[in-house]
Amino acid sequence: MSPRYRHPSARKGTTIVTAPPSGAAGRSRRRSISRTTAVSLSVVGALVAGSVLAGCSQQRDPDVYTVLNSSTDESFHRWDAKTLATCSEQLGIQIEQQSVPAAQLKTKALRMASSKSLPDVLQLDASEVPQFAEAGGLTPLREAGVSDENVSRSTIDFGSYKGEWYGAARSVNTLALFYNKDILDQAGIEVPTTWDEMREAAKALTEGKRYGIALSAGGAEDGVFQFTPFMWSNGGDETDLGSKNVAEALDYWKSLLSDGSLSKSTVNWTQADVNDQFMAGNAAMMINGPWQLETLNTDKDLHYGIATIPVPKAGEDSVAPMGGAVLTVANTGESEREKTAAKIINCMTSEKEELTYAINSGMVPANENAAKAWRAKFPELSAIADQVETARSRTAKVGDRWPTISLALQSAFQQALTGKAGSEAALDAAQRRATSGE
Amino acid sequence: MSTTTSPAASVPTARTSVSATQPAARRTRGNKLAQWGFIAPAVAFMALFFGYPLVRNVVMSFQSYTPKTFFTGEAPFNGLDNWRTVFGDDLFGSALGHTLIFTVGSLAGQFGIGLALAVFFRRRFPLNGVLRSLILLPWLVPMVVSGVVWRRILDQDTGVLNSFLGLFGVGDATPWISSPSLALFSVIMVNIWIGIPFNMVILYGGLQEIPKELYEAAALDGASAWRTFRSITLPMLRPVITVVLVLGFMSTVKILDLILALTDGGPADSTQTLGTLTYQNSFVQLDFGAGAVVGNVLILISAVFAVFYLRANRSEGK
Repeated sequence: MSPRYRHPSARKGTTIVTAPPSGAAGRSRRRSISRTTAVSLSVVGALVAGSVLAGCSQQRDPDVYTVLNSSTDESFHRWDAKTLATCSEQLGIQIEQQSVPAAQLKTKALRMASSKSLPDVLQLDASEVPQFAEAGGLTPLREAGVSDENVSRSTIDFGSYKGEWYGAARSVNTLALFYNKDILDQAGIEVPTTWDEMREAAKALTEGKRYGIALSAGGAEDGVFQFTPFMWSNGGDETDLGSKNVAEALDYWKSLLSDGSLSKSTVNWTQADVNDQFMAGNAAMMINGPWQLETLNTDKDLHYGIATIPVPKAGEDSVAPMGGAVLTVANTGESEREKTAAKIINCMTSEKEELTYAINSGMVPANENAAKAWRAKFPELSAIADQVETARSRTAKVGDRWPTISLALQSAFQQALTGKAGSEAALDAAQRRATSGE
Repeated sequence: MSTTTSPAASVPTARTSVSATQPAARRTRGNKLAQWGFIAPAVAFMALFFGYPLVRNVVMSFQSYTPKTFFTGEAPFNGLDNWRTVFGDDLFGSALGHTLIFTVGSLAGQFGIGLALAVFFRRRFPLNGVLRSLILLPWLVPMVVSGVVWRRILDQDTGVLNSFLGLFGVGDATPWISSPSLALFSVIMVNIWIGIPFNMVILYGGLQEIPKELYEAAALDGASAWRTFRSITLPMLRPVITVVLVLGFMSTVKILDLILALTDGGPADSTQTLGTLTYQNSFVQLDFGAGAVVGNVLILISAVFAVFYLRANRSEGK
């Protein structure tokens, strides 16, 4: 659903579920019952025995600690395996990595909760933390013994719900403005820093089949993620979608469309599609995140630069959404295991492991010291690090109501962008929908 | 049937019947048990895999079933709250409408084209077999793959379809899936493309069952092609048509994967169906109670058509 840190192309699950052998059917047969009866009854017996055995198969292995994540992408799975091998050696325990596709992680974890087979460390998208914390599924990290040394205030907030810290981030990501250096140089256009400049630049860069800018206004979390920097930088807020500031942000998106600088297909695009358009040369600029770097770097002829997302007026703060996964300690009710889970998290978020992970994935380390080292190593990515510093999380204000608000918001901006309704009317309706359940 | 009434025959019959009363009764009981034994696996299977989920789903729609439930195992009953929430949402009405349009449109297209192709392939001509197997291809491609590929084909600027239309200088900027007024139509088109092979194969099979003599007789009588189709092919094919339409209905009304891959319910909820709505409620908002309500509505719609199907089958049998 929201592949901030994940590669949406990844589909292959790497968990192996082994089914228990179904019970052998009892073949005893009394003489008075005919042979056929016995056969038919034994089939029923086999069915029932099989299903009963399958029902009580899940058991937690006392010697093996499990980490459940969404690293189904080959490289991510390999990087995590390496980190876990280091931690396993350091702590003297056996750690198993289970990976399921990002979109299934939430429901998989819930199923595991109901069968009392939750993993020790559960990696969640930060926006999913409130739903799990509210359900009582997570153990507060400080209670379990996770260290918050050198972790910035905003990163703690990122993984917190109702003032309690539940999720430790290894790295965080955000959105930024990516631009094609060659195209901008050729047209003699400066990298835009304000909304007006971006609108002008996009108009000037639109030529033939090429659009000035690409962004995702898709009807899923991707689109909402991309709308937030425009909404927030303009002073808008998810608690009041009907406000003037949110409508202005939406009108700004509409102006890019009506100028013809943004493709009408934007309402169908995911962020991965936006990246494809940019790489194919169909867009001179795009809004996207650092998780695309690995793909972008596969094209050696593509020279791109990264800047912070333009703001309504010069000098204002560019507020982008903070995204990424966090490591949580699942509430298994076994405090000894939870303490060990905390140790695993401490190891995975240690300065060295974080830096390795961040260098591999192109995302910004959550640990402040590691972030400094990362900045020194990648000066060309400093815009992303800057953007992270002012970024905020989607769930900080609304908690577990975020999915409902997000659904209402995506419907609203799609209606406005496709001309089905005016910006204000659509957003007013969205606000009513978002608060109807209260 | 024997109607012998001679006393010589009746005496031994009477005697045997008296002496055989006990074993015969035991045998009948044994048979009864065997009969039930044979039905039992089917009953157990139905109860376990259909009955239980069905009942659970109905019960769940009256419960406050949230992520908390998975941890505590408690799902308090909340009466009609879920139903009120779902029916009070404007989205439910439009999703219901979209589902009906989608189902009727898809079935009409799939069936019409499938039948035409089936009749066409009845003739003998070179490469008939090869072409027939090629047409099966859409059926073999996983639905999600079709969805993703078609999303690229239908892209407004870079899609193959618009580039193709551009060659003729018409409609090269058609917003197939980026305009709310056209998206549902495009999704139906793609679903028709997917559904044609199934319809064609079943109907083609049905056509093979029609005796050749009927067509020969019609030809001798000088019946036109249209008349032959209307008076021989259609009536003889009716049982197969019922099966195709009912099965098609059931798989179309609950559509989810294709729409998720193609438009994700958008733009502006214009392709939101009951299937996507129940998915959104249950797996995005994690409000499983509300998801169950929409699921129940889907089950109800399918059940109504199942009844039609059974009735149609029964009247065929007579």
